[in-house]
Amino acid sequence: MNGILRHKGWSWGFRSTVMLYFIVLIALPIIGVYTKSFSLGWSAFADSVSDPLAWKSILLTLKLSLIATAINILIGTMIAWVLNRYKFIGRTFLNSLVDLPFALPTAVGGLMILLLLGPNSWVGNLAAQLGLQIVFHEPAIVIAMVFVTFPFVIRAIQPLLEELDKSEEEAAYLLGASKFHVFRRVILPSILPGVLSGAMLAFSRALAEFGAVVLVAGNIPGKTLIASVYIFGEVESDNPQGAAAVSILLLSLSFLILWLVNWVQMRRHAK
Amino acid sequence: MRRILIALTYLVFIVLLIIPLFKIGTGAWQEGLDGLIHAITRPEAVHALMMTAWIVVVVTMLNTIFGVMLAMYLVRGTWMGSRLKQFLNSIVDLPFAVSPVIGGLMIVLILGPSTTIGAFFESIGFKIVYAFPGMVLATLFVTFPLMVREVMPVLQEVGTQQEEAASTLGAYGWTTFWKVTWPLIRFGVIYGVVLTIARSLGEFGAVLVVSGNVMNKTQTATTLVYQDVENFNVVSANGVALVLAVFSVLLLLFMEWAKRRRGVH
Amino acid sequence: MHIEVSGLNKHFGQFHAVKDVSFSIEKGHLIGLLGPSGGGKTSILRMLAGLESPDSGDILFHGRRVNDLPPQERGIGFVFQNYALFKHMTVYDNIAFGLKIKKQSKQQIKARVMELVELTGLSGFEHRYPHQLSGGQRQRVAFARALAPEPQLLLLDEPFAAIDAKIRQELRTWLRDLIERVGITSIFVTHDQDEAIEVADEIMIISQGRVEQKGTPWDIYKAPQTPFVASFIGESSIVDNISELKGFEDAAHWPSTRALIRPEYIEIGSRHEFPIASATEQGRIKHIHFRGSEWMVEVVVGKHTLITYRSLEKEVLHPGDEIYVLIHRAYLFNDHDSWMMENRLKVDPMPVHI
Repeated sequence: MNGILRHKGWSWGFRSTVMLYFIVLIALPIIGVYTKSFSLGWSAFADSVSDPLAWKSILLTLKLSLIATAINILIGTMIAWVLNRYKFIGRTFLNSLVDLPFALPTAVGGLMILLLLGPNSWVGNLAAQLGLQIVFHEPAIVIAMVFVTFPFVIRAIQPLLEELDKSEEEAAYLLGASKFHVFRRVILPSILPGVLSGAMLAFSRALAEFGAVVLVAGNIPGKTLIASVYIFGEVESDNPQGAAAVSILLLSLSFLILWLVNWVQMRRHAK
Repeated sequence: MRRILIALTYLVFIVLLIIPLFKIGTGAWQEGLDGLIHAITRPEAVHALMMTAWIVVVVTMLNTIFGVMLAMYLVRGTWMGSRLKQFLNSIVDLPFAVSPVIGGLMIVLILGPSTTIGAFFESIGFKIVYAFPGMVLATLFVTFPLMVREVMPVLQEVGTQQEEAASTLGAYGWTTFWKVTWPLIRFGVIYGVVLTIARSLGEFGAVLVVSGNVMNKTQTATTLVYQDVENFNVVSANGVALVLAVFSVLLLLFMEWAKRRRGVH
Repeated sequence: MHIEVSGLNKHFGQFHAVKDVSFSIEKGHLIGLLGPSGGGKTSILRMLAGLESPDSGDILFHGRRVNDLPPQERGIGFVFQNYALFKHMTVYDNIAFGLKIKKQSKQQIKARVMELVELTGLSGFEHRYPHQLSGGQRQRVAFARALAPEPQLLLLDEPFAAIDAKIRQELRTWLRDLIERVGITSIFVTHDQDEAIEVADEIMIISQGRVEQKGTPWDIYKAPQTPFVASFIGESSIVDNISELKGFEDAAHWPSTRALIRPEYIEIGSRHEFPIASATEQGRIKHIHFRGSEWMVEVVVGKHTLITYRSLEKEVLHPGDEIYVLIHRAYLFNDHDSWMMENRLKVDPMPVHI
């Protein structure tokens, strides 16, 4: 048995299988979508992208993702700080709860928001009386994005806060710095790489989000139709080339962000 | 300051996570126990849940095996050059950056019935897109980085010395893996498995595009929730969502346990 | 096991880590590979174990070429620098690992493990996990684990590096006795000369991938063959122009030759303490350092600072004291050659014919 397993052919076979799997599963589809979008030539590509509904959906996605990311940076930094620095009842519970959006199917997340803020809920009614529209409008999309990307910033900052040398802070206090000053000058610079990479991950996830958004957005073309839902619509209406064209815009943007995240992290490790 | 921050933190958690989770629970009971039971024992719900279960099982198995092996190669493999290794290492993360809808679209574009490969498989009676294999492929694509990224740092951290020690004591690759490497990376792998299950349980966009969402055929639990909502059948959607949410919370608890065990070792 | 190594070379990328290394080791000997860190010692050890493969050269065990044998089949025991104990196994399971691979019976394994536990003084710790042990105990486990399958060659990579200075001494003696009792050919790597001199039957000095010298600790100390060995082993002062010192004027025949003078080559004292006063010259005490069992004295002669020892029994010196200095011999070296030079005046005390 061992003799057979020790044969060189085995390891060679394993290697090729794994590599083939890797290439077929990851690289091939990505190459495929790029080639498909240009399959009918440049002009077809330009037509698909210059369709007002297409570029409006991309712009809307960018705008809402940025808002969601900004919100996440604020609450994420605060929560990471509170969970790491303060001892209070329920801390471990809250810390475990952070990962909930990762564990929960996004469609379920969308449904939850719909139930809470929808037309028949009391929040929905209250908002309607105040003249605000949440569900099937932009706020709901932002809320869905914030929900789905909630853990990223927190989980990126926490290890940095843990690593942070307490004596650095203490040294600053001994030198007469105020609490605010210490936070701005000592703590913030050390956690900034985490904030950045967490924010970029959150942003790219928000750009890509589909499940949670599709249920709450209403998907009105030109108004609340975000890019991934637009792509889905094109696929459904049997226009794979148009879907691919918008896809590669979104994809290229995401790859750029991913590359930036890697770059930020590499620089941090290089230090 | 401290009190305000803690209060704010609680507020965010309650509004953003706890109330919605609670709402799923109560929403499913809106028409009483009968309504809930009906929602999840509808033939299409049972079929969708079974479909999801099968996808989870198949995807988790494949992703675990290939993910662990790829992580081993990327960390330990001396047979590929460092350039190639770096390149492969950087494309492992790509699925994180790809919208699930696009992930699904890719598979349709390459293996769909109108493509050469798709047509070939269809002619030998093996349907990929709009069938189970395509849904598994889409989910594999989306979950691909999870296992690799969990196992790689663990492998790097434990180093090669214990494996080398085993080899000087006469143990060959297979024995070394099971007796030495596996116990060291076990909790990393378990954590990766939990993440994979959670993601494949909840995958929606990619599966929706690839499956065609045909009731009783290719419908999964999440795409059923979507369809129910589209049909204004919110109570039924709630029932299925509750089942999914319960699983997610269980997974979350298990994840915490695995994290703690991983910390110990 | 008789070991023969010839023409061994190893590159890591551009770095030539091991350069044309050849040596042979008699059965039953305890050899120390000594040299500065990064000098290629560990690479040689790993190639012997089969954990690295040489780019060229042969490794022979008992006259049989083992280059292509994997580590599993070389029959060696290896003790890693950080011990590499299996974290998830008890002491007992760690030691039993190699025996289980050999598919020995439960009773055999138990008997052998208990024998080793006894031998290494670990009785009572069999069911502990590595993280519950002290550094010294872990080292003993690593040692017992390597010995369990009865290897013919034991390789130890910096076996004492991770241990407190206090226990290190004790462990050295223990290891030496144990290896002697077991009678196994052993090679250990170290960068600590005291350790090598104390433990090894023979030392190989390795620097920048080359074997500089091989021999008993005494031979190497007494007759270093290269400047590197001379400066690496023992303490010494280096003098650039020794012809300026009394008795070594002949050294001027060899320009750009430098000298190395060991502390024990130098004697200091008042004039009447020397029978041949003409061979001495005057110096001044710069510093004295208490070394526990003796004084280490820095003395300035002309432009040169030399170090020597002085017994605690003798009169205590003070910085600034004038003193007579006799240099018995010096080790001279230049780019091509190296040799020992005796003090001319001391050898030839009464030059009658002048």
